[in-house]
Amino acid sequence: MGEMGERVVRMGAWSAGPGCHGGCGVKVTIKDGKLTKCEGDEDHPYLQGRLCPRALALTQYIYHPDRLQYPMKRVGARGEGKWARISWDEALDTCEDKMRTIRDKYGPESMVFGQGTGRDAGGYIIFLAYAYGSPNWTLFGLSGISCFTPRLAAMSMVMGDFTFPDAAQFSPQRYDDPEWKAPEVLVSWARNLAGSGCTDHYFSGHWAVDMMKRGTKLIVIDPVCSWEASRAELWLQIRPGTDGALALAMLNVIINENLYDKEFVTKWTHGFEELKQRVQEYTPEKAAAITWVPAEKIVKAARMYATAKPAGMRFGQPLDSNREATSTIHALNCLWAITGNIDIPGGNVITRPPFGVTIYPYSTQEVIDLYGEEFVANLTKKRIGADRFPLVKNFRAWALSDMVLEQMETQKPYPIKGLWCQTNNFLANTAQDPKRHYEAVRKLEFNVVVDTFMTPTAQAIADIILPAGSFPEKDSVFTTGVPINAIQKVIQVGECRSDWEINFELAKRLNPQAVPWANVRELMTLRLKATGLTFEQLAEQSWTMAPKNHKSGTVPYRRHEKGQLRPDGQPGFRTNTGKVELYCTNYEKYGLDPLPYHREPIESPLSTPEIWEKYPLIMITGRRNSAFFHSEHRQIPWLRELSPFPEMEMHPETAAPLGIKDGDMVWIEGVRGKVKRRARLTPTMHRQMIHALHGWWLPETDGTSPNFYGVWDLNVNQLIPMGEQSTSGFGGAATKTMLCKVYKVKDEEATV
Amino acid sequence: MNATAKKPVKRMGLLIDYEYCTGCHSCEIACKQEHNYPVGRGGLKLTEFLTERPDKSLRIDYLPFPTMYCNLCKSRTNDGESPSCVKHCQASCIHYGSVKKLAELMESRPHAALFTPI
Ligand code: SF4
Ligand code: SF4
Repeated sequence: MGEMGERVVRMGAWSAGPGCHGGCGVKVTIKDGKLTKCEGDEDHPYLQGRLCPRALALTQYIYHPDRLQYPMKRVGARGEGKWARISWDEALDTCEDKMRTIRDKYGPESMVFGQGTGRDAGGYIIFLAYAYGSPNWTLFGLSGISCFTPRLAAMSMVMGDFTFPDAAQFSPQRYDDPEWKAPEVLVSWARNLAGSGCTDHYFSGHWAVDMMKRGTKLIVIDPVCSWEASRAELWLQIRPGTDGALALAMLNVIINENLYDKEFVTKWTHGFEELKQRVQEYTPEKAAAITWVPAEKIVKAARMYATAKPAGMRFGQPLDSNREATSTIHALNCLWAITGNIDIPGGNVITRPPFGVTIYPYSTQEVIDLYGEEFVANLTKKRIGADRFPLVKNFRAWALSDMVLEQMETQKPYPIKGLWCQTNNFLANTAQDPKRHYEAVRKLEFNVVVDTFMTPTAQAIADIILPAGSFPEKDSVFTTGVPINAIQKVIQVGECRSDWEINFELAKRLNPQAVPWANVRELMTLRLKATGLTFEQLAEQSWTMAPKNHKSGTVPYRRHEKGQLRPDGQPGFRTNTGKVELYCTNYEKYGLDPLPYHREPIESPLSTPEIWEKYPLIMITGRRNSAFFHSEHRQIPWLRELSPFPEMEMHPETAAPLGIKDGDMVWIEGVRGKVKRRARLTPTMHRQMIHALHGWWLPETDGTSPNFYGVWDLNVNQLIPMGEQSTSGFGGAATKTMLCKVYKVKDEEATV
Repeated sequence: MNATAKKPVKRMGLLIDYEYCTGCHSCEIACKQEHNYPVGRGGLKLTEFLTERPDKSLRIDYLPFPTMYCNLCKSRTNDGESPSCVKHCQASCIHYGSVKKLAELMESRPHAALFTPI
């Protein structure tokens, strides 16, 4: 770099920087080799130039004085905070050497490759793990991999694909596309649009506002009175963790009142009679007692949804956190199926990556295609959790987080000796029971952390720290949604390297045959083949979309009628029966209940009344906040200003008898531990619930042991256990449902 | 647009269509980036209003208030670009224009506020 003058480059924004999952287009200004501005790209179809606060604060992120800028090795004890700068050569030599030693001595499966939330992380981490030979790629720390994976798994089993509400995202004309229709009703189920300030996979939050402006009415299902709830036609203030019971009662009403789409049900669904029988157990009255939503409102919501044509439904991570997440999402899937809202304009459209391009081979089938049947068969044998959970074995290639932790502790059935930890700050954020994780990981022989900033996790467990680049420091491709965006390296910060570059080079050292490409761009060009563009060509035009009726079957509508969904080209869905399986034959095969059901959270007023008596509040955590992406951005001045304190939100009427005033420091205490937060009183909260934002740590405080940036004082995940994942293996992290009590801290304890 | 051409003197302003403002904060940060304002200063200050309806339900309104640091993005609008907050607002609910035009637009909006910061 270093050329004079100013230039503007268009690209996609993804991951490091704003941190997010979204697919916005941005225009970055580069002057003298520095990025001086990040604006929205008004010619980009995803958000037409609109942008979130985190992308708009990008300059403060990229040039923050605390950015990790060169590789470091630990020179003191773990947690002591003593680091020495080293060269990339030394860093990669050390990684190669230590990882080879582990592989030779214990086998490649003894090294775990952990990522944080998805984004593009899965690609380069699988890439490295498989080149090394380890099957143990996981979302490290998150019980049941309770984010996105449960819903993808459920929808894949039930209808062979997953859906999102149709906001005309597949058309460059968007809402002006003549085929598109605004949904009459959009159900917004456990989503916090404004708070998330976008960050959604596949569906940007504010598309809901675009649709409201075009006449769409909202049904909002949320325990908290969100902005959307306050604008909704109907708001159901549900008890967390009971979404399955609500969905089943809605199905009960729709079926018993004959409000379903008979033609669709007859032609395209399997097991309607069985479902009809099952939902008889869930009358609105029974569901009202479970969900705390009055029966009349349940009936009203069911009628409103079923009689709207078309109607869309989007839902959020809390459903992945349901006790039986994959069953809950099965129930929701039945709702849009029996009302005939699949793959029609304004309904729920089947969402496949444009042209079928993925940045990495994420389905088991693709992994087989790339690495061969034998390699994959061996991977499945050693992959942690695959032998116990058939759904885990057969959907995606994750090792199961809860069992990975257990195996680190017991070293059985085979030893775990190292952790490659990239895009993951489990001590502050990702993991439930973070202390258990801390104790397990600090005993391992070799740990690498790859990140953009020093974190509590890096301080506590790393032997080697590698500095990663933000998105304009990286060549990559955005593929989890439309359009496909190129991301390109336009600046260099310190000695930072992109995650892709780091893993590419290390993979090549560890297994040259598995990395036949000269560089990352060559690999990207290969992945992009179906678009007909090279990486450079895509970068030049910034984004691309598949045209209507493209043979990849990646553009709606009514693809099941046209034979665009199944590999055999026949009409129908990509399931065993070719239909949407209200009665799920794969679930049955895997020993799971083939029909949806509700199961109470591990702690709840109904399942543990004795705990509820002493801990009379439900703690919700993990709700999004537009200033922060999970545990990121606490050190970015403009963003921290928006949300300066680690808060706990509570209804004023709940606080008054406890003597808690706005701004007071309080303890949140559950059966498993307690954390300190600052009270914010707001009538938007339910009187029997509190909300505590996840991911808090204080970068401005001491990072060494035992403080680790205040993480043990603040991390609410200490109240949540591991090992209580859903019966299917996917889902069940109890992030919305733990019981707690709240009381004021004594003056002398009142820091933070 | 020819930057040297003399423009008719019109009172310009911002219309906030706060029926749709979600409180996402993009406008505030867009302004800070544009003008490189430090912490504690900005052309907009987002405010939350919670109102109890007669049926006891809550109405949540957000309203970005243009402060004395808003100059209506003079250098951008001189170049024919829209103000940074207008462009980046995720709900597309901030409009820039002459007070006359904005007042006309306001006729059809259920809840809106017109500001003339300079
Ligand atoms: S018009 Fe420009 S100066 Fe005024 S608030 Fe918006 S971004 Fe800031
Ligand atoms: S950017 Fe728009 S929606 Fe977001 S807070 Fe500002 S005015 Fe409201």
